[in-house]
Amino acid sequence: MKPPLAVVPLALAAALALAACGGEADSAVEQGSGRPGEKPAYGDTFIESLTGNISGLIPNVLSDSASFEIGSMLYSGLITRDKDLNIIGELAESWTFSQDCLDLTFNLRRNVRWHDGRPFTAADVVFTYETMIHPKTPTAYREDFKAVAEVAAPDPYTLRVRYKQPYAKALQSWGLWMLPRHLLESYVREGRLREAPQNRSNPVGTGAYRFGEWKPGEKVVLVANPDYFEGRPHLGRVVYRIIPSQATIFLELKAKGVDAAGLTALQFKRQTEYPAFRKAYHKYEYPANAYTYLGFNLKDPRFADRRVRQAIAHAIDKRELIDGVLLGLGREATGPYKPGTWAHNPSVRTYPYDMAKARALLAAAGWTETNADGVLVRNGQPFTFELLTNQGNDERKKVAEIVQASLKELGIQVDIRVIEWASLLKEYIKKRRFEAIILGWGIGLDPDQYEIWHSSKTGPDELNHISYANPEVDALLEQGRTSCRQEERKKSYARFQEVLAEDQPYVFLYFRDALPVVSSRVRGIVPAPSGIRYNFNEWYVPTHLQRYTAG
Amino acid sequence: MLRYALRRLLLAVPLLIGITFVSFIVIHLAPGTPGEVQTGDLSIQSDRDVQKLLMELYDLDKPLHVQYAKWLTRLVRFDFGRSFSPDARPVLQKIGERLPITLLLNVVEMLIIIALAVPIGVLSATRQYSMFDKVTTVFVFVGFATPDFWLALLLMILFGVQLGWLPISGLRSLNWEYLSFWRQQGDFASHLVLPIIVATFGGLAGFSRYMRQSMLEVIRQDYVQSARAKGLAERVVIGKHALRNAMLPIVTVLGLSLPGLIGGSVIVESIFAIPGMGQLMVQAVFERDYPVIMGNLVIVSTLTLGANLLADVTYGLVDPRIRVGARRGRR
Repeated sequence: MKPPLAVVPLALAAALALAACGGEADSAVEQGSGRPGEKPAYGDTFIESLTGNISGLIPNVLSDSASFEIGSMLYSGLITRDKDLNIIGELAESWTFSQDCLDLTFNLRRNVRWHDGRPFTAADVVFTYETMIHPKTPTAYREDFKAVAEVAAPDPYTLRVRYKQPYAKALQSWGLWMLPRHLLESYVREGRLREAPQNRSNPVGTGAYRFGEWKPGEKVVLVANPDYFEGRPHLGRVVYRIIPSQATIFLELKAKGVDAAGLTALQFKRQTEYPAFRKAYHKYEYPANAYTYLGFNLKDPRFADRRVRQAIAHAIDKRELIDGVLLGLGREATGPYKPGTWAHNPSVRTYPYDMAKARALLAAAGWTETNADGVLVRNGQPFTFELLTNQGNDERKKVAEIVQASLKELGIQVDIRVIEWASLLKEYIKKRRFEAIILGWGIGLDPDQYEIWHSSKTGPDELNHISYANPEVDALLEQGRTSCRQEERKKSYARFQEVLAEDQPYVFLYFRDALPVVSSRVRGIVPAPSGIRYNFNEWYVPTHLQRYTAG
Repeated sequence: MLRYALRRLLLAVPLLIGITFVSFIVIHLAPGTPGEVQTGDLSIQSDRDVQKLLMELYDLDKPLHVQYAKWLTRLVRFDFGRSFSPDARPVLQKIGERLPITLLLNVVEMLIIIALAVPIGVLSATRQYSMFDKVTTVFVFVGFATPDFWLALLLMILFGVQLGWLPISGLRSLNWEYLSFWRQQGDFASHLVLPIIVATFGGLAGFSRYMRQSMLEVIRQDYVQSARAKGLAERVVIGKHALRNAMLPIVTVLGLSLPGLIGGSVIVESIFAIPGMGQLMVQAVFERDYPVIMGNLVIVSTLTLGANLLADVTYGLVDPRIRVGARRGRR
């Protein structure tokens, strides 16, 4: 298994380089993680960049990632995730499941206050639950609460939830942003939650930051909450600047107009490797929550044969792919889970680059003859197929070209077609009119992938596009989503990955790395499998490096 | 004259309704609904439930003509409705907060363009094929050919990153609230310098060409010759007799660009992170935010019709021939 993080050697290399060229000794030892014994200071402003305007301030009824990010600063859930993506308490101090996984009891923290000073109690949790299941609340999270039979608050600091049937995501679903009953109740009852003034200004949550101001299209300002239940966060203000153009964000980064941004592989490798940039910013890399795959339409008789899919997997050099497309900034994928997370099974069958093996597998499947063009032929039919991907994603286009070249060597002729996203989905994916596709999936925090792999999910509007059907996988997915115990689930998903690796319904290609940079004056950043943001409240800027004094 | 103006005004009403009707249909023909855009393309069951709920919430499950009738009756009461975007804010409020900055940028840009294009055009016309004319011709074609975003990035790298003289993007510095009044104005102005340069560069090219062309036609006219023959100074001939007539077509072009003043440039606004009308409109189109699109459209088409009317009336006042023509037409 690969180490989940390559950031330590990278930061070390940067430090050595600085020391070697006689840079200030001070900066040579300064790392994002801070010096041992240094006392975290309070104050300064952290400037973030967002490419899109946020759509509101009550994330429960929104759907864009920018609103979620800001919402998570303003609101808290009963539970959250630690650096290794394990579930830990946030507004809940502890919780217990009954033996049959049907009853979940939370003990809530007692010292929590809303930003307006009112105490947070179990009644607010009940209210948030009622909001989510209210038929007129336009929220995408209702599904999580459909399995709930009853929610009760026997006292202000205890919450009892009863489920209709065991639901694996039960605990995780309570990481939802809790809403204040005393302010929003009437809006929810009238089905007008989106029109509530708290969605536009003065949202009230229990989070580490309070709302400052929102100038649409320009910026969102958050201010540290001195009464935050886990202690006041160190960075005094957080400003989200809305800058639609990625090119502009990169220039602002160079001019120190923003403190953090995500880079492309090219920017990360080639355009930021000069001393001034390395002194001003620390770079981080960790696998992003998304993978890219080559998927086969299993209704196609050629791809229905597992040996053909395995042969293709052997013919694709994933390392070459990552080096060529991502300049090496990615990790080989062996299945649909991110390396380093609890559900990931590191010991499944892999398909190292091996043309001889690939040829042998194809021969076993009856592809033995070649025609004058060097293309494999069976029953007079040459092995050619069309590989579809979407327009506007250069990365996928390059992947398609490398796959095309690799398979040509094997005697398979691939024609690439790049199609505009909306029509690709509507005309080809949903109607199943494709032979093979290069696409990607973003993966959630929970390993449940029932929607993508279960054989009942092959309808036109459903997500099992490739029509994968394996009774063992169906059973494993069902087991995995109905247990509340991580150890049991881990077993199901470990086996699930073994079967997928054997079957190769997709050739899982790679997990791209997320490549954030953060101003080097910010300390306390400790990279982990979940990224760098999980301990944002502990980030600080030493007093002598603070740039913005006001606020 | 007054009756003529009134008649034109009355005719504009059905025209406006026609415009809104056609646009309403066309927008709804575009694939995708606000609900689909808000929940993503690859949707699971819960997302489809939300989509259905949103369709009902926004009356999108009703037939198109019913939707249009509802929208029109609200419009008559100057109610532009609420945005379909999840912030659910009134359309007028959304447009109102974006309009001033776009208007400011475009008016300043227009003034600079006129102030530069008129003398450039006149000079290159009166000194046709001179060095000055040739240099400006080259400059103008470079201006036409330069993509906005490319020029913007080059200027940002030079003045923002390398020299550090000007801010790269946005409207205000982060410490704006803590500056004195005059410093605030200075800070704001410095943020506008690059966007205005970029926006002016392209527009200047076109306008100075119009001016040159129009001037070239006029100075060949007989009355310019006779003015010279009278022994008038060249300055007076060009500045008074020729220029006035050469300006007439320019006024037309100016009139037509009035509605453009509130449109905003998508490219300039996106690259400089200016929260103006262009960004609002693009976002509204991507989100299928019909009320905002329609609201903007009503305002722009009203302005266009108004500007046309104004231009026609002004012609009548300026040019006696048109006034006479209008009178004849009435008979």
